[in-house]
Amino acid sequence: MDMLQEVSREQLRSDLPAFDPGDTLRVSVRVREGDKERLQAFEGVCIARKGGGISETFTVRKVSSGIGVERVFPMHSPSVESITVVRRGRVRRAKLYYLRALRGKAARIKEKTRG
Amino acid sequence: MAGIIGRKLGMTQIFSDAGAAVPVTVIEAGPCPVTQIRNPETDGYGSLQLGFEALKENRAPKAAVGHAQKAGLDHAPRLLKEFRVESVDGYELGQELKVDQFQEGDKIRVTGTTKGRGFQGVVKRHGFRGRPASHGHPKKRNPGSIGPGTNPSRVIKGKKMPGQMGNVQQTVRNLRVERIDAERNLIYVRGAVPGSRDSLVFIRKM
Repeated sequence: MDMLQEVSREQLRSDLPAFDPGDTLRVSVRVREGDKERLQAFEGVCIARKGGGISETFTVRKVSSGIGVERVFPMHSPSVESITVVRRGRVRRAKLYYLRALRGKAARIKEKTRG
Repeated sequence: MAGIIGRKLGMTQIFSDAGAAVPVTVIEAGPCPVTQIRNPETDGYGSLQLGFEALKENRAPKAAVGHAQKAGLDHAPRLLKEFRVESVDGYELGQELKVDQFQEGDKIRVTGTTKGRGFQGVVKRHGFRGRPASHGHPKKRNPGSIGPGTNPSRVIKGKKMPGQMGNVQQTVRNLRVERIDAERNLIYVRGAVPGSRDSLVFIRKM
């Protein structure tokens, strides 16, 4: 088991910023189109972090032209080029699935002012 | 290309170049010394007997130690297993076979002993549907009728019935080698492999 953990630990990334559910993130994703590779940004609220270790994922939700869009990213995948924390949000739970039922003003998240 | 004996470490995931998560089983395999060579001319078939791991000196039977010494080994291997080969040319006693005989993209077959599940009923063992849970059914998970009556007045051979499940040898074919770590004797196989963690598995090419 130790060897197994060691093997997966080597693949963990340390270049990502710390963030929590409620934070607004800009995720740069590598997109391959034919032979060309480019970066695509996805900006929205992180509504969940799931799993641990190498299999950890996080979910980002944004509302695009009135339609809610959610993307689940594997935390340690090389296809995630970078993550920028745009805004820190103050929330009281770990999974913000209730945001799906809210829209407009109700779906706002207060900014974290300290720490 | 003979094969190799390994110990299943467990499952994890790795990322492909495209960034996709690939489920893999990590197996610690080899190095396996050749302890005996079966020659087509003298034995009627060609195969290599490989050893794996080592027994403590005070635990090893004298006969096993003697057999190991013939191949120039200090310790008797914990396990000996023959792997068929088409030609024994190029192999010699005491030669160590390692994971580097495989490479990424190879299709392999992995043999292991499945986890024992004990005496199980037909629902778990054979995937029978069972009976409705409600509306007055007296039994939930029994097999129902096991065949016609007076004619043939016996139960057809091979009828799926309750019994021991698991703890049998099973081979999974067409597994893909995703990565080789020759330094640490690790082989990453896509998907699941029979057996529990730390169980022994045999890896052969398709």
